[in-house]
Amino acid sequence: MNRRGWSIVASKELVDHFSSARFGVLLVLFGLAGTSAVVATAGLISDQAPAASTIDSILLRIYTLPPTETVPAFVTLIGFLAPLLGIAFGFDAVNGERAQRTLPRLLSQPIHRDDVINGKFAAGLVLVGSVLAALAMLTTGVGVLRLGIVPSGQDLARLGTWILLTTVYVGLWHGLATLCSVVVRRSATSAFVALAVWLVTVLFLPLLTTTIAGAVAGPDATPEEQVRTEQTVARLSPQTLYVEATRVLLDPDEATTDALSLSQFAQVQLRFPSELPLGQSLLVVVPQIVSLVGVTVLLFAAAYAAFMRQEVRA
Amino acid sequence: MTTLLAPATPVAEEPRPVPAVLVEDLVKAYGDHRAVDGLSLQVERGEVFGLLGPNGAGKTTTILVLLGLTERTSGTVRVLDIDPAVDPLAVKRRVGYLPDDVGFYESMTGRQNLRYTARLNRLDPTEAEDRIAGLLDEVGLADAADRPTGTYSRGMRQRLGIADALVGDPDVVVLDEPTIAIDPAGVEEVLGLIRRLAHDRGAAVLLSSHMLEQVEQSCDRVAIFVDGRVRAQGSRAELAGDAATREVDVTVPSAQLDRARTLLAAVPDVIGTQVLDGTGPGRLRIVTAADVRPSIARTLVTADIDLLGLHQREVTLAELYRTHFAEPTAADGSTP
Repeated sequence: MNRRGWSIVASKELVDHFSSARFGVLLVLFGLAGTSAVVATAGLISDQAPAASTIDSILLRIYTLPPTETVPAFVTLIGFLAPLLGIAFGFDAVNGERAQRTLPRLLSQPIHRDDVINGKFAAGLVLVGSVLAALAMLTTGVGVLRLGIVPSGQDLARLGTWILLTTVYVGLWHGLATLCSVVVRRSATSAFVALAVWLVTVLFLPLLTTTIAGAVAGPDATPEEQVRTEQTVARLSPQTLYVEATRVLLDPDEATTDALSLSQFAQVQLRFPSELPLGQSLLVVVPQIVSLVGVTVLLFAAAYAAFMRQEVRA
Repeated sequence: MTTLLAPATPVAEEPRPVPAVLVEDLVKAYGDHRAVDGLSLQVERGEVFGLLGPNGAGKTTTILVLLGLTERTSGTVRVLDIDPAVDPLAVKRRVGYLPDDVGFYESMTGRQNLRYTARLNRLDPTEAEDRIAGLLDEVGLADAADRPTGTYSRGMRQRLGIADALVGDPDVVVLDEPTIAIDPAGVEEVLGLIRRLAHDRGAAVLLSSHMLEQVEQSCDRVAIFVDGRVRAQGSRAELAGDAATREVDVTVPSAQLDRARTLLAAVPDVIGTQVLDGTGPGRLRIVTAADVRPSIARTLVTADIDLLGLHQREVTLAELYRTHFAEPTAADGSTP
């Protein structure tokens, strides 16, 4: 009987989310995008070789290998779209309550004020995690059927870790959307602001990276310095961090995220092919993961603080 | 004067029960503006207390302070002997609240909305189900209970809000503008419900309203609250005693009417006299600044006038309210 306030809020929010139209729309979008990418890649692999089944971690390839030059791989596609999940279930978290005038009633119940925002954020994370897990299971099933392989435990562990990583990354966008829902009065404006930030980060920032890095490094920079600066600038975007971590986690051959040693390392690997165990892969991307978690926590903390300071009737 | 003085510090072993709601010198300031400026009031169990005043008087602010939903600037507030600023959860567990302009989750049905409230109050699910059904029936929403609240009229939402406030079986019920948007017949029902709540269940009911005529009859005591300050407080009879003016109707034989009028005009504290139309004996209306019924009687009897009737008209709360309303408006007009 003595349930925590936030978990009561969270379970109500989850039921709301799961029964909402936007959940249905996003589920169809992600399902179609995910399965079509995986089916295409699996087709490519099985066309390529009867030898395909001898390649290590063949299951993970269906996620990371782009089926054609113009069609993105599963992870690229989902990595691009996933922030939408976080935004879709967060942009009206608090201002939606205000619009329905339910906030004073909710806050007058015997729960702490932070139970409301904690519960809503937690519900968003659970939702995102379950959508991603469902998608991974669906696509694994498709891959197994299409390729006729049995996935190894190691591969499944990597896939699970990738789901967690993606949940954290989407949590970051969910935190941003929640912050918008607290600060911006109107739900539509709040959604627009969050989507604008997402588009700028995902589409325009990569285009500007070279220019900014060039300006920072100066005209006298050696090519090596130029590459290093570019990587540093690119890493200011959470998307870069996420893409780097994804590449290492889903590819046991990938042993570094450093732009320069990548090429040197590739040469070494040609001669001494080696696979990293999952633990080692994780170690490589600890900085990326810690940064992503840090930004997520920061965004949520900002939303939390803003919500706690707001007047009930504001 | 009606003063309500509570002991400054209630002693633990004191046999007298503490008031359900105790507010002393409450001040809530937003910057320079004092939304509530030195409010004191006390609500006992089993009574309906009306906090009456125009919009913007500070009623909702006061209520939010009582629930611990906003911090007070200064003053003492105790709800069931608990300070809402210190332990808001303990207060909220025992207080039911109907907010001004109440809203519900529109895609959920009335029943589902109440279920959520029941869960937030950690009620046993099976008990809650019976309680919710009973409450929905009581507020006349049994038929609409399983429709989404988005389809409800404003009045239905208001009634659902009252049911919602009662889900947790509260000891104190705070209703912010409970009769707003309800049709006249519905108002009677709702007020009857509120009265039963206090008188039968022994809950302390604090209701705020700017619709004085509607709620007047249902309040045991009222405070007239204007611009963050209480202008008058007490039972309705007490408030009438506080009025600035009284009207005394005097009946004398028609032949003696003019003489009586002249004599009474000279009585101290009499502001004016007026002959009332009508057949039969002559009737005079005397407007006085204090209760001067004995002087009036004495004057007439001494003058050998037959005093056939003497009746002091109770100034109604509505009239009183209007007097108090007039004040700030006049003050505003003089200070541009």
